[in-house]
Amino acid sequence: MNSLALRGERLTRKWGGVVALDGVSIALHRGEIHALIGTNGAGKSTLVNVLSGEIEASSGSVELGGVDVTRWTQPRRARAGLGRSYQRSTIFPQFTVRENCRLAAQARFQRPWRWWSPASADEPTHRVSRDVARRVGLGEALDREAGSLSHGEKRQLEIAMCLATDPQVLLLDEPLAGMGAEESERMLALLAGLREGHAILLVEHDMDAVFRIADRITVLVDGAVIASGTPRAVRDNPGVQTAYLGGAA
Amino acid sequence: MSARAIRIAVFVAAALALALFPLVGGKFGVDFVTKMMVFAIFALSLELLVGQAGLVCFGQAAFFGIAAYATVLATPRTGAASVWWLLPAALGASGLFALFMGALSIRTRGVYFIMVTLAFSQMAYYVAHDTPLGGGTDGIYLDYTPALGIAGTPLLDLGKPWPFYYFVLAMLVAVFVFLGAILRSRFGHALAGIRVNEQRMRAAGFSTYPYKLAAFVLSGLVAGLAGFLFAVKDGFVNPELMGWNVSGTVLMMIILGGIGHLRGAVIGAFAFSLLEEFFKLDSVFGDFAKHWHLGVGLAIIACVAAMPHGIAGGRLRRATASNTEDAEVHRGKP
Repeated sequence: MNSLALRGERLTRKWGGVVALDGVSIALHRGEIHALIGTNGAGKSTLVNVLSGEIEASSGSVELGGVDVTRWTQPRRARAGLGRSYQRSTIFPQFTVRENCRLAAQARFQRPWRWWSPASADEPTHRVSRDVARRVGLGEALDREAGSLSHGEKRQLEIAMCLATDPQVLLLDEPLAGMGAEESERMLALLAGLREGHAILLVEHDMDAVFRIADRITVLVDGAVIASGTPRAVRDNPGVQTAYLGGAA
Repeated sequence: MSARAIRIAVFVAAALALALFPLVGGKFGVDFVTKMMVFAIFALSLELLVGQAGLVCFGQAAFFGIAAYATVLATPRTGAASVWWLLPAALGASGLFALFMGALSIRTRGVYFIMVTLAFSQMAYYVAHDTPLGGGTDGIYLDYTPALGIAGTPLLDLGKPWPFYYFVLAMLVAVFVFLGAILRSRFGHALAGIRVNEQRMRAAGFSTYPYKLAAFVLSGLVAGLAGFLFAVKDGFVNPELMGWNVSGTVLMMIILGGIGHLRGAVIGAFAFSLLEEFFKLDSVFGDFAKHWHLGVGLAIIACVAAMPHGIAGGRLRRATASNTEDAEVHRGKP
């Protein structure tokens, strides 16, 4: 049985009179890819933002590894093992692949304030940057400027930067967005490889990919969960078919 | 020859040229270059904030002026103060004000940050301008030049132009080398990351506020050093040192030199001072020399139009394209 890595309990987020999240509960287990689907504006990114600590929940709680982190800041949650990527690539385009990964790795090691020695001579962060770049398939591109990478490679780098922080939980917001078929396949293979040892929340619009790779799926409509379960159970759920899959799935 | 070796060679050559300048510069020249070096230190302090941390501070004059005032006010009326305690006192005053100002202003962003820092600076200006503490609009004089010695033995007479020139040169070199080391460190790399994408840095686990605050205080200390040197050099301080136009001037210096690298700040301070002095020349401009601000302004517009990345920027862009790590160091790039 997989262990619980992250739990969001009755999470609500209101923007004035608009309820972006309405009592959403979700549990992510280590070794599982948990997909989050829903139409645009359903609250998927808001949920990721609340779970990662980027925005505060109006009510509800978040537990990471059994610890209540609801009041923790985003950096503190990140250091505790909660990594995330964004819908749009947030890499540092003028830095090399190595530098991007090294910078991300820097936060996880002690003494980030060391003023007196060059960061370029810091072996632990170098080692991590090499390892994670290889892991996502960018081992040959370590010294390329990130801005010159293809879109798919940038998304891979984004994942590498998450991995450099040594996360237990990965919140991936549309990692396949804008990718061609070949790049998508590469990313799916990468995500499948990351399943081992991580709990992954995958926000994605590509339904074929979601139903291929996800172990569990949660469906959001208007900020509320209308279904959650295995891909087969979600596919067969009449409410999901009506609200999201158009009744043709 | 590697890019790093070239840069070190240029740095050593520039330091040597400055070291030899008093032999040929004459009294006016020594005084003028001393002033340029003080402003170069001041510009370096702002470069740390604007170019490396992405914090466009419009209140830098406050740190400069507060340290200058502290230097004058802390000097006893009975004799010269020792540099060993007067300089830390001046830096302490500017550093504390930077801590206070930074702790509040860093919570804001963009144009709000610019306005809040300007407001703090103006607050300091009016304290000096409207209270007896700062001598009002007349300012106050430094009664005794600070003494630099060890165990009662004088090392340098800072009241004389040549020794003071070398003291300022040593400070400029020390600040340049120190900031270069800072920017190469993990701290400097984190600042570069925060400047480019703070959201990503927070997601990676960096609490960005302490980093920005540390950069702000460090910048205040360096500006304070420039203020101390300015007060010792001129022997006089007035509220105008903290005026918004001084903050604007130092911002123009780093824009002129090229934002994003330390040498740009030094080049910008020198270039700005030279432009100012040139347009003040009666022998060239006659009566128009009294409108020197206009000439300087037009010259800066022309420079920025011709070199959008500043005087030092053209070379940096080529280095970036060739992806040499050394060339990026002063841009704050890991």
